[in-house]
Amino acid sequence: MMDYDYMKPASMKEVFTLLKEYGPKATLIAGGTDVMVNIRNRELSPEVLISLRGLHELRYIRKNDGYHIGALTTHRMLEQSDMVKGELSALHDAASQLGSVQVRNVATVGGNICNAAPSADTAGPLLALDATVVLEGPDGRRSVPIADFFTGPSKTVRKGDEVLVEFHIPEAPGRFGSAYWKHARRRAMDLPLLGLAVGLALSESREIFDARIGLTVAAPVPMRAHKAEEFLKGKPLEAEVLEEAGEIASSEASPRDSLRSKAWYRREMIAVFVPRMVRLAAERIRDK
Amino acid sequence: MKKVSISFTLNGDEVTAEVPPSWTLLKTLREYFELTGAKEGCGAGECGACTVIIDGEAVNSCIYPIPEVEGKSVTTIEGIAGKDGTLHPLQKAFIENNGVQCGFCTSGMIMSAKSLLDRNPAPTRDEIRKSIAGNLCRCTGYVQIVESIEKAAEMIKGAK
Repeated sequence: MMDYDYMKPASMKEVFTLLKEYGPKATLIAGGTDVMVNIRNRELSPEVLISLRGLHELRYIRKNDGYHIGALTTHRMLEQSDMVKGELSALHDAASQLGSVQVRNVATVGGNICNAAPSADTAGPLLALDATVVLEGPDGRRSVPIADFFTGPSKTVRKGDEVLVEFHIPEAPGRFGSAYWKHARRRAMDLPLLGLAVGLALSESREIFDARIGLTVAAPVPMRAHKAEEFLKGKPLEAEVLEEAGEIASSEASPRDSLRSKAWYRREMIAVFVPRMVRLAAERIRDK
Repeated sequence: MKKVSISFTLNGDEVTAEVPPSWTLLKTLREYFELTGAKEGCGAGECGACTVIIDGEAVNSCIYPIPEVEGKSVTTIEGIAGKDGTLHPLQKAFIENNGVQCGFCTSGMIMSAKSLLDRNPAPTRDEIRKSIAGNLCRCTGYVQIVESIEKAAEMIKGAK
């Protein structure tokens, strides 16, 4: 078994001091549902774990100039928030299907994003909700659109001396709804073989005013299907329109063959589920 | 090997463990306190055999760092029967309804079910299934387990 030291700072200032002191010998840990497994699998061998779980001020879901979600917010908190369910539905869909109750009780949304798995459940919804990632370093904060946050599998723009502290989701334009589809073989304890999130805004005449499509396991990093989004804008919610948007999104993606699925199957499922998630997002707008 | 001193409430008692900071809660329960009810199945948070309740929430103790337990309240399968040995309704219901076959998943199943019933004493079948979605059983096919939890909920309701 790996031996390492464990630090639990009570303030961001202490976190930065420890990160400076230990540098690459240290690994940040939040809920630990990835980090602890990576250590066990010998994919990580830190000399010290710096726990962020003492930073209680980073656990929150607030509405005020859009939505603010603290990085240490657990998936269980997102799952149980009525505001998230009603107003950020895609994020509720993702949070409530991640892992198990035991995992959701500890796993954090900041950890899910920093771990940067191509299959990260919350990445698609955060893309579809146009979230911004707020990073804090010793010299202050900076914001990065989530679409620019991922640079490769397990790789992000977060620097070694920075901590992801918050997600900011702008207030959606007018009549807005969102939905996430986790395409997996099992209904529990599985990773998606494809993740697909849609954020949709409709005009009074029920034309598509704005559309955002977030895809995961569709490319080396979570991605937006910009061409399909542009195609949808200004168009009516009609079957042929949605089907064509699905085909466009499918052609934008660059999925690969992997243990869980094949590239051709992922492409076909993108074409199938873009229309379904646009329709579900539209139904949720109607139900409001 | 460096050790740390971690104080917490374990099944109602104030305890202190002197263990390396890299130990998990599961390892501490099994090897320091010799409470072997929680099992190691996968060791990676997938199977739920190690499930315990911390401050009311079911967690996988196999991936829970022991330093995070400081000041918290941990309940294991050993802590749910009465002091006089009276079994918890979940334990009785699992015995009476064949919720136990090989037994390896049982303590985790019961702890997940307890965290559900403690906040939702009358769960639907769907809520029960979701609450144990993170607990693998390779014997029963889950039917008797779900029935056991339903019976336990009825027993708790009847006792009130």
